Amino acid sequence: MNKPEREATVRQLMERTPPQVPPELYADVLRRGGRMLRRRRAARRLMWLLLWSAVVAFTVWALMAHPWVEPPSETTPPLTGW
Amino acid sequence: MRERQASQGARRAREFEAFVAGAAGRLLHAATLLTAEAPDDNPRARRLLTMSLAHTYACWDRLRGEDPYDRARQYLATRFARTAWHQYGGLGRARPHPGSPLGALVPQERLIVVLRLYEGVAEEQAAALLGLSTERVRAICERSTATLLHPPRGPAPKVAGAEVVPS
Repeated sequence: MNKPEREATVRQLMERTPPQVPPELYADVLRRGGRMLRRRRAARRLMWLLLWSAVVAFTVWALMAHPWVEPPSETTPPLTGW
Repeated sequence: MRERQASQGARRAREFEAFVAGAAGRLLHAATLLTAEAPDDNPRARRLLTMSLAHTYACWDRLRGEDPYDRARQYLATRFARTAWHQYGGLGRARPHPGSPLGALVPQERLIVVLRLYEGVAEEQAAALLGLSTERVRAICERSTATLLHPPRGPAPKVAGAEVVPS
């Protein structure tokens, strides 16, 4: 037997006994799939909420602490012009 | 916004119902071949199918024209590949049913035979899906075909009831 014939024989071997689809399958799938979908949506919303609250917290801190301003000197500045 | 979500949900349910009606039979057959269970007693295959279809339902809106059957089959294959070695590794409690066509093969060989020969997935796609090289997929497929067509003569099977009959 050459290769296509071998493959055709194996295919016939596999197609012999198709199992029956149980009738309650669709309801089960819908239930699980719906739960998966709701969980994913909730996780996505939580992620956006955390991201947004991080941005807000950072903005508030930046407005309070003014990190772009040079802090006042803690040592005597060098004397010039004497 | 609520109406849009509701109508989207109804559309998703309708389309998914049509998809399941058409595809469930074939996917269940593929799953039963993978788990090497009997056609009328296939709890693991049914669970595999349920998870695969549920995953497809959850991803339905993000498919955007991609073939849902393709996605479901991909998930079926990768989930089986992930969980198969748990079951067949140590305890051996998941013994292949003798009546199953692919019972003589190991899980990886079964996966490749089902993908390549039953589902007709191309070599490169099957290799990319399973993380193997194309040559390896071809080699495993040919070896499995040979095993199925010329089953090796193993040790004689124990005949049930061959215990000593009390005289």
